[in-house]
Amino acid sequence: MSDAATPDTLLRTSLHALHVSLGAKMVPFAGYDMPVQYPQGILGEHLHCRAQAGLFDVSHMGQVRLTGPDAAKALETLVPGDLQALKVGEIRYTLFTNERGGILDDLMVTNAGDHLFVVVNAACKVQDVAHMKAKLPASIKVEELTDRALLALQGPAAATVMARFAPDAVKLRFMTAAAMKIQGVDCFVTRSGYTGEDGFEISVPNDKAEALAKALLAESEVKPIGLGARDTLRLEAGLCLYGHDIDETTTPIEAGLAWAIGKRRREEGGFPGANMILAHLKGGAPRRRVGLKPEGRAPARDHTEIHDDGERRLGEITSGGFGPTVGGPIAMGYVESAYAKPGTTVNLIVRGVARPATVVAMPFNPTNYYKP
Amino acid sequence: MSETKYTQEHEWIRVEGDVGTVGITDYAQGQLGDVVYVELPAVGKAVKQGGDMAVVESVKAASEVYAPVSGEVVAVNDELTGAPETVNADANGKGWFVKIKLGDKAQLDALMDDAAYKKFVADLG
Repeated sequence: MSDAATPDTLLRTSLHALHVSLGAKMVPFAGYDMPVQYPQGILGEHLHCRAQAGLFDVSHMGQVRLTGPDAAKALETLVPGDLQALKVGEIRYTLFTNERGGILDDLMVTNAGDHLFVVVNAACKVQDVAHMKAKLPASIKVEELTDRALLALQGPAAATVMARFAPDAVKLRFMTAAAMKIQGVDCFVTRSGYTGEDGFEISVPNDKAEALAKALLAESEVKPIGLGARDTLRLEAGLCLYGHDIDETTTPIEAGLAWAIGKRRREEGGFPGANMILAHLKGGAPRRRVGLKPEGRAPARDHTEIHDDGERRLGEITSGGFGPTVGGPIAMGYVESAYAKPGTTVNLIVRGVARPATVVAMPFNPTNYYKP
Repeated sequence: MSETKYTQEHEWIRVEGDVGTVGITDYAQGQLGDVVYVELPAVGKAVKQGGDMAVVESVKAASEVYAPVSGEVVAVNDELTGAPETVNADANGKGWFVKIKLGDKAQLDALMDDAAYKKFVADLG
């Protein structure tokens, strides 16, 4: 434990006692004492979530309410997403960018009618809230919802389970949201997630979170899932982890996130780093995030160097490990753009030995989003 | 029945004649979680007590496995290549990693016996 944080200084979510009682192995993550796995283990938790449904505590993430006139237009000055186009109940994935076109964080923005509901990464939330307070006009109120927990219910059986608690939730399509009561409690439910599966994220008051989590876990399809499987699930889904696959040095175009930049925003610009990002969009980026399938069974971890057939360095792996559903090693990382085409062969330098891998399209496992 | 000895790095070695069978302990496999890959040395490789011998990878991370004694690798458990989960299922038995022909049996004296290792693990909390 070289981490400066000790169990005494770590923050706890409102489900902390529940995690401990379920036998979770707790680890420090983004300043919180969080469950990395339960007795079932990462592999079993991952496969259960793909087969049935898993419950995740993601209360460490930042939930923020933006209120005020033209909040969407104001927030657009900080992100490249087309937020003004969002109808009530629609969600957009977008990015806080810096003046160099790098990424400060990735986030979800929902048009909740009378406000914007924003969810940001745990490790970035302090900076994100400060950033919004500093950069948005005084007429926009930035409120971190520290009184709310966030639960994610993910997997092919998530809708079946949710239907028993909140029939309105299953009417939502992927990337939409609504306020609703669950067991008499006011919740805000989004149909979204970080696993590649169908599923929901439920924003619930802290003091009601444990009762709701217990009720969901009492359903036969649902098991608790820790951060370990959350990471393998999102990697198989080809989703970026902030601080690994995207950061202040990667532009959205390099990261393969051009789809998150609205057509109108491409024409108008008006977000931090627009010059660099739009130049990459037009002329191509020098490097690209790609999926990699190592040959054989040896996983290639974060920071593994990626070389060409000779010994020239093309980039490095930013997320790598074992994909339980894939049944073998998978990775994502950055390579010079000339090597980004699926089918390209490269070498991964694992423990000093060059091991062949192939550039592949992502996701590694087909996504299962609800888009009727 | 030959005696099993243990290292502080959670390897075990069971010596018969001048050859020791080596694996990681049940405690170690439990700490690692699901093993998904094992990298074994080549037969004939010389290993040094406390030096790198093999690599075991769980879903989460890669860990070094150190040689409990110096000597020559005379056999490796090829079954782990296709079925690394054997390390979780039977760490003390079918999940063995390598057999080492000992260079100096006196090196075993520095290792823990069963009772000492049990206490060592208990003290880790």
